[in-house]
Amino acid sequence: MNRLLALWQTTVGKKVAMAVSGLALVIFLVSHMISNVLIYVNPQHLDDYGAWLRSLGPLLWIARLGLLAMVVIHIAAAWQLTRRDRTARTIRYSRHELQVATYASRTMRWGGVVVLLFIIFHLLHFTLGVVTPGFQFHPGEVGRNVLEGMQTPWVALFYAIAMLALGAHLWHGVWSTFQTLGLNHPAWNASRKVFAVGLAILVAGGFLSIPLGALLGILHP
Amino acid sequence: MKLDARIPGGPLEEKWDRHLADLRLVSPANKRKFHVIVVGSGLAGASAAASLAELGYQVSCFCFQDSPRRAHSIAAQGGINASKNYQNDGDSDWRLFYDTIKGGDFRSREGNVYRLAQVSGHIIDQAVAQGVPFAREYGGSLANRSFGGAQVSRTFYARGQTGQQLLLGAYQSLERMIGLGAVKMYSRHEMLELVVVDGKSRGIVARDLVTGEITSFAGHAVVLATGGYGNVFYLSTNAKGCNVTAAFRAYQKGAGFANPCFTQIHPTCIPVSGDYQSKLTLMSESLRNDGRVWVPKAHDDQRKPADIPEAERDYYLERKYPSFGNLSPRDIASRAAKEACDDGRGVGPGARGVYLDFASAIQRVGEETVRERYGNLFEMYERITGENPYQTPMRIYPAVHYTMGGLWVDYNLMSNLPGLHVLGEANFSDHGANRLGASALMQGLADGYFILPYTIGDYLAGTKLEAVDASHAAFREAEQRVTQRLGALLAIDGSRTVDSFHKELGHLLWEKCGMARDRSGLEEALRRIPEIRAEFWKNVKVPGSAPTLNQSLEKAGRVADFLEFAEVMCLDALVREESCGGHFRTEYQTPDGEAMRDDEHFAHAAVWEYAGENQKPIRNVEPLHFDFVKLATRSYK
Amino acid sequence: MRLTLKVWRQAGPSAKGTFQTYDAPDVSEHMSFLEMLDVVNEGLITSGKEPIAFDHDCREGICGACSLMIDGMPHGGRLGTTTCQLHMRHFHDGQTILIEPFRALAFPVVRDLVVDRGALDRIIAAGGFVTAPTGSAPDGNDIAVPKPSADLAMDAAACIGCGACVAACPNASAILFTGAKVSHLARLPQGQAERDRRVLAMVEMMDEAGFGGCTNFGECERACPKEISVENIARINRDWLRATLSDRGEAAISGGEP
Ligand SMILES: Cc1cc2nc3c(=O)[nH]c(=O)nc-3n(C[C@H](O)[C@H](O)[C@H](O)COP(=O)(O)OP(=O)(O)OC[C@H]3O[C@@H](n4cnc5c(N)ncnc54)[C@H](O)[C@@H]3O)c2cc1C
Ligand code: HEM
Ligand code: HEM
Ligand code: SF4
Ligand code: F3S
Ligand code: FES
Repeated sequence: MNRLLALWQTTVGKKVAMAVSGLALVIFLVSHMISNVLIYVNPQHLDDYGAWLRSLGPLLWIARLGLLAMVVIHIAAAWQLTRRDRTARTIRYSRHELQVATYASRTMRWGGVVVLLFIIFHLLHFTLGVVTPGFQFHPGEVGRNVLEGMQTPWVALFYAIAMLALGAHLWHGVWSTFQTLGLNHPAWNASRKVFAVGLAILVAGGFLSIPLGALLGILHP
Repeated sequence: MKLDARIPGGPLEEKWDRHLADLRLVSPANKRKFHVIVVGSGLAGASAAASLAELGYQVSCFCFQDSPRRAHSIAAQGGINASKNYQNDGDSDWRLFYDTIKGGDFRSREGNVYRLAQVSGHIIDQAVAQGVPFAREYGGSLANRSFGGAQVSRTFYARGQTGQQLLLGAYQSLERMIGLGAVKMYSRHEMLELVVVDGKSRGIVARDLVTGEITSFAGHAVVLATGGYGNVFYLSTNAKGCNVTAAFRAYQKGAGFANPCFTQIHPTCIPVSGDYQSKLTLMSESLRNDGRVWVPKAHDDQRKPADIPEAERDYYLERKYPSFGNLSPRDIASRAAKEACDDGRGVGPGARGVYLDFASAIQRVGEETVRERYGNLFEMYERITGENPYQTPMRIYPAVHYTMGGLWVDYNLMSNLPGLHVLGEANFSDHGANRLGASALMQGLADGYFILPYTIGDYLAGTKLEAVDASHAAFREAEQRVTQRLGALLAIDGSRTVDSFHKELGHLLWEKCGMARDRSGLEEALRRIPEIRAEFWKNVKVPGSAPTLNQSLEKAGRVADFLEFAEVMCLDALVREESCGGHFRTEYQTPDGEAMRDDEHFAHAAVWEYAGENQKPIRNVEPLHFDFVKLATRSYK
Repeated sequence: MRLTLKVWRQAGPSAKGTFQTYDAPDVSEHMSFLEMLDVVNEGLITSGKEPIAFDHDCREGICGACSLMIDGMPHGGRLGTTTCQLHMRHFHDGQTILIEPFRALAFPVVRDLVVDRGALDRIIAAGGFVTAPTGSAPDGNDIAVPKPSADLAMDAAACIGCGACVAACPNASAILFTGAKVSHLARLPQGQAERDRRVLAMVEMMDEAGFGGCTNFGECERACPKEISVENIARINRDWLRATLSDRGEAAISGGEP
């Protein structure tokens, strides 16, 4: 079996693909989150950030395509593995007690779907500005868009829920990545979970603060 | 019955090498033309099947479990002996040989036992190469311990799972050959007939335990590595499936059965807790290194052990055998426990148990050290009994553990039936009247890795074997016998379960042919066994049908064979009017209760020959010659 | 104590199964779970019914033959305990116990509670060995094995091949079993020569046999009667990556032997 094919053709390889793509997405999210929370300092920052992004021109598109590829790989692998895992136990137990599996680990699949739906909505919402419930989209005025867009309660609420799903997803996902890539060592095995949880809280929390801030009236145009 | 042991001449240490030089060889090109049927996938069977396949023979291997890895060898705990002398404590082939001969109470062959010692080292090398994770010293060299009261440290071990690790090593080699298509594995298959075509054993008939299908398998030679018959006692430390069926079929086909009465009782097992008891669990002998065995001095003393003051305890092993004390050999320790209980001083449910007390050890070296040494065993004990041995003494009682008797084989491990080779616990070879701890694993692997692969070639190369396939009339007949027998068992449709008969038989044997035997008891057993057998064939209930997985039917077949075999065993015990090793006849003991051997009349292997249905079997003897050791009496005082 | 058992009965591989209810009137707390079933079976037989079929042999927690999902947990869910070592003192009078076979596409039911775990043997046959033909071995002490390596190898080698990891895993993945064997041999110098080929071949067979993938639920480790650690899963994943990305791995894959 060709070794690159092997990365896709075995369950273990597919998980590696998932982990790597997932990791890439995590990195994007960290930077995205940081740029977003700057809104507290000054909405202007977001505009500059957006302007800077566009100034990159073709580079931005390469980055976007890369990002898209990651999402596609990640989801394709998730989809195929999930189907396989289902058929691996065609006849289900009439009673199956899970004893240690975390809530996060059990919701990876649906949580992921929620995140996916979010991303789609999110792009239409703030990037393309075609779905703009309750506000007027101003190309380029990123900060303003966010502040005004978040004023519609259900939108903010949807954001908040999506962020919780994302948090759960990373909670398990990041630790899972260590296992999948075989990154384990007696010396720091214990800290792997701590790190994963920390990262999940940081990223999801940072994002979450924005819709919450809007709902609580801390953030407003 | 012709019994030619074919022990090569010459000095003890040269016999095997000379023999190897004389053995005929099968050319590499011809090997693949020979099909060898190996029944059994334990240490002996798996090692043989893998080694033969590596040599180029076509091999079919059978086991009744769902996987060859589950053979009963997996349960061996303590370790495996080898005369490596890595510890530089003066071990040698000679010393291992002598200890084994003496431990066997001079009832085994010098030639075989010396060879066993000679190849023992290779077994360790082979296992290490396979990746068996033996215990190691910090320097990275192999660790050893002293086992079963041996004066040298020659026992290699892998935690408390030595048998498991050795079997996995052999099993992995076997699986490798299966993967390469060199071995065809038939798991969940039970051999129910041996097929003999003009005097040579040429195949077997087996039942597929899943579909119930009866199939013939023809080959050029048959190898039985089917383990021991300890389960004839119903309760034993053996796995539930262990049986005498394969060996007994061979016996009925004319193979001699040697020393069936030589059975070993292990002193440290968890006592019976009720009549639902299905098996007995062994507690490693190593516990006796630190545990002190005692019973109350008073008869049926109902007090809790803690409430019994030192002065009112009887540390009987220390009292009777000052020099060896709690480490006295298995048979001695076992009998002493029985005596204490017969004397009404037993403890626990049914007063069938003695204390194994770690209090003083815990005082001496501390609970931590004790936990380090025996942690897993203590856990196992607590899991089973619900009692915490750190606080209250363990209760132990002897249990049937191993059977030295088995099918008679010559120096080439071939029975008197040409083409039938017998390995491991299934043969009678090397342990005489009593087996030393850690020697069975050694023997099983010696047979399979380093003896049979050479000797079977000699048979195949030197024997004219005409083409015989499964369509031969002898196979048809055998298949019919099997089908009829199964049909008969199902047809009885009586009112008693198979287990109830097995329990009845087992109890009888335990009482009359167990740790201590005497004429009247054995004669009674010989009266009762046919009665039980008769009732079995009249009144047993075997539900279900044949063409499907039917565990009751499997059991019924095995118990039916035990019911016949038990008679041969008691006969053997009756005729052997001496005490030796595991065979203790109360009539033959020294004033202070020691076994009294009769070398003049019984320095031989008793080989029983089947004489037909309900006929008294014929007793043949193979005299044992001791040209290199002088017969001594054991004394552990 | 008195118990009610709901037991999965299935006449054969293709027959359709159902749960049957049985009464276990006088169960002693000292019985093992299998002895309790023995007693129930004795009753069934004497009343002319077919006994419940279940796998077992050693009855001391080492052969790996016994199985059973007991109240939704393999081997009854007590830490480090096989069904044959599970004692009735852990149940209470009047309790209803649900007994189901291990379920996985790769473990087809043979009858009642008996399943076919041959897929695990096939994984070993694919590469779970060291090629060391009889007679070819150097002296046992020629190659020093650091004690820690030997101990870690032994930890992994303690696997009894019972399949509880598969039964417990929501994905019916066999990666703990396979990982344990891979780690056992990868820890030892004797296992190095075939290290890459081994892991690649075993993972391939694992997939071929129809087991699911691992999403790191961790149920397998909890259910394992020998408490084999999920560290072995990280280990097999790492070794697999290493083998796949190295040129040795490429050669190993195209190499002829299974
Ligand atoms: C609890 C316990 C602990 C022990 N500890 C030690 C120890 O520490 N050291 C030591 O040296 N020895 C020990 N022994 C003894 C030793 O384990 C056995 O004597 C040895 O493993 C026997 O190996 P074997 O290959 O001859 O037979 P087994 O391992 O019993 O294998 C028998 C094989 O034959 C097959 N079989 C049987 N009948 C049939 C049939 N009719 N049809 C098809 N297949 C059949 C079975 O499926 C199995 O594969 C111990 C024994 C017990 C019970
Ligand atoms: C409250 C949380 C979030 C806020 C306020 C937010 C805000 C924004 C804004 C304003 C943009 C447009 C930037 C621009 O056009 O210059 C954007 C783009 C984007 N966001 Fe978010 N975002 C949030 C969470 C997320 C999350 C959780 C994800 C992914 C799971 C995500 C993925 C993206 C992507 C992929 C883009 C497009 C980037 C590009 O232009 O290529 N965002 N986000
Ligand atoms: C910004 C978006 C996302 C990020 C950052 C992300 C990150 C991760 C990470 C790091 C993992 C762990 C991989 C591993 O186990 O080795 C993971 C697993 C997973 N992801 Fe995502 N993911 C995202 C989106 C999605 C989406 C959209 C879906 C599905 C629709 C999804 C479904 C899954 C599934 C099913 C797993 C498997 C669980 C596991 O293997 O432990 N993810 N994800
Ligand atoms: S890893 Fe544990 S649960 Fe899985 S087969 Fe091995 S022993 Fe059984
Ligand atoms: S439970 Fe299953 S998902 Fe992985 S960690 Fe264990 S195999
Ligand atoms: S019966 Fe052997 S492990 Fe349970």
